[in-house]
Amino acid sequence: MTANAPRPLGQGVCIIAALVWREWRVFRRIWLAPTVGSAVEPIIYLLVFGYGFGAIVTSVVGIPYLDFMATGAAANAVLLTGLIGAVVNGFFRRTAEHLYEGLLAAPIRVTELVSGEAAWTAVRAAGVAISTVAVAGVFGVNLAWTVIFVPAVGLVGGFAFACLGAAIGARLRSDMQLGVVAAVVFAPMFVVSWTFFPLDGAPAWLRWPSQLSPLTHVVSLLRAAAFGRATSDEVLVHAGVLLGFTVLFWMLAVRFLRRAVVS
Amino acid sequence: MNDEESAHASARHRVGSRSPSRRGLDAVPGSSQAPPAIRVSGVVKQFGDVRALDGLDLVVPRSATFGLLGPNGAGKSTLMRLLMGTAVPTAGSVEVLGLPLPEAAVEVRSRTGLVAQADNLDEELTCAENLTVYARLYGVAAQERAAAVARGLAFAHLTDRADTPAAQLSGGMRRRLQIARALLHAPDLVLLDEPTVGLDPQIRQEVWRLVGAIRADGATVVLTTHYIEEAERLCDEVTIVDHGRVLARGRPDALVADHVRSDVVVEVHGDDAARRRVAAAAAAAALAHRSAGTSVAVFTGDVEAAIGHDPRLSPGDLDHRLRRPANLEDVFVSLTGELLS
Repeated sequence: MTANAPRPLGQGVCIIAALVWREWRVFRRIWLAPTVGSAVEPIIYLLVFGYGFGAIVTSVVGIPYLDFMATGAAANAVLLTGLIGAVVNGFFRRTAEHLYEGLLAAPIRVTELVSGEAAWTAVRAAGVAISTVAVAGVFGVNLAWTVIFVPAVGLVGGFAFACLGAAIGARLRSDMQLGVVAAVVFAPMFVVSWTFFPLDGAPAWLRWPSQLSPLTHVVSLLRAAAFGRATSDEVLVHAGVLLGFTVLFWMLAVRFLRRAVVS
Repeated sequence: MNDEESAHASARHRVGSRSPSRRGLDAVPGSSQAPPAIRVSGVVKQFGDVRALDGLDLVVPRSATFGLLGPNGAGKSTLMRLLMGTAVPTAGSVEVLGLPLPEAAVEVRSRTGLVAQADNLDEELTCAENLTVYARLYGVAAQERAAAVARGLAFAHLTDRADTPAAQLSGGMRRRLQIARALLHAPDLVLLDEPTVGLDPQIRQEVWRLVGAIRADGATVVLTTHYIEEAERLCDEVTIVDHGRVLARGRPDALVADHVRSDVVVEVHGDDAARRRVAAAAAAAALAHRSAGTSVAVFTGDVEAAIGHDPRLSPGDLDHRLRRPANLEDVFVSLTGELLS
């Protein structure tokens, strides 16, 4: 008997589809709270930062501040939906809800579990990226035709952050550590990633970590999509780095979750 | 088997395709004998400083209903995890349906149904959706899925609750749904980890009926429990485990006959001093006995004749007594000197 031999790709895809279907059926019943949160938060950001700061700062890095921060808000929403959602799920589903114990009684692999959950989170992240950019359009942000690539950026970015969140969630020992994640992972990434303010005037020690932040590349790609002004080289570099982070985070998530559920 | 069990059994029999040919896959080439459902050899499982399993050996034949009886912390749940491939033995080997674990965990799980101790239904999903998710995960073909879910609902007596969210079900309904969920793919082996812990007596009876139906269908059933009555009523064979080791195994009645010297036990109730006097008298008469809460159990059918004349007793010491058949708890106590629960 070849133990746990790789199975046909189609079967793995069916398992992932089943996991996404499960998430969708759950989401249908609880959609209101997360959807309102995802839609309202960017509007508040646009009002407060766009019109508040926008009155003082008219343009940054060659684009109107409202355009700059609107795409920053979209990237931030992708980060929140992907990372925080996955950390919370990764912890509670493994512990209090005993969900992983149930799912892993079925013939599924940890790789499929990670991929299925991240795939659904990626869909939600793409949704909030779309809704945030749409709201920005209503607020007067000038969008290019390339805006049709925003969902793709949301999907890949959401998948990457969901995997990072799953990796962290698999390592958490208590819900008290959720606050640590917000302080140590979320806040620094938000600060160094050119979301709501540029870092071209910042000291070098603050600028180089920005290139190590996956959020920097998500926001750059979102701006490239929304405004259509980036060169193809810039897009390829950001896309390449983001895909690299995605693969790395997926591998970490698989490794840590396997360690957490198989002992 | 009563009519209800027959109905359950036939409902389940049609859930999937547990066919003779599928079982034939297990046969060892050149041998007409299928391997046992479970073979655990010399398994040690260490968690840090804690040795959960300490050289455990176990063979469960096909189509048996097999009980693992032991107190909390005996290693039963650890063994269940080893049988699903979600725990890795520190030493020794585990084979389920002839497949090595944890290496062949995915293949084993495709032919095994686990009813975990924890309630892990999806609260927001309806009964039908809860089953559909797992029918998909178990790889039930798309065209057979609706029928498998319908049969699962019938098995759990929840057909009229198909569209009710799990959050609105009673404890008994939830447990029935959880059991039906583990049977969607017609597994060859069904593992139930403390299936009735925390449930009231009436729900316990319902769960026992379902286990009877699974058993009637020919699947191998392994259940862990620390309830004596559950093990005695459901199991063809019981293995008593404690501190990660097998203490004894056999048919429940044979275990009682082998390890308890009397088939009847008298529990004598009284205050501390009275119980001490009864215990001393029993010891003097070379009768096995044990203290259990507010009583002393003396392993004899006629306590009056055996120790009634003992000068250590005060008048009235034997007045409050209860005669009952010896059971697996007495076996456990005679083997370990401890109480099960």
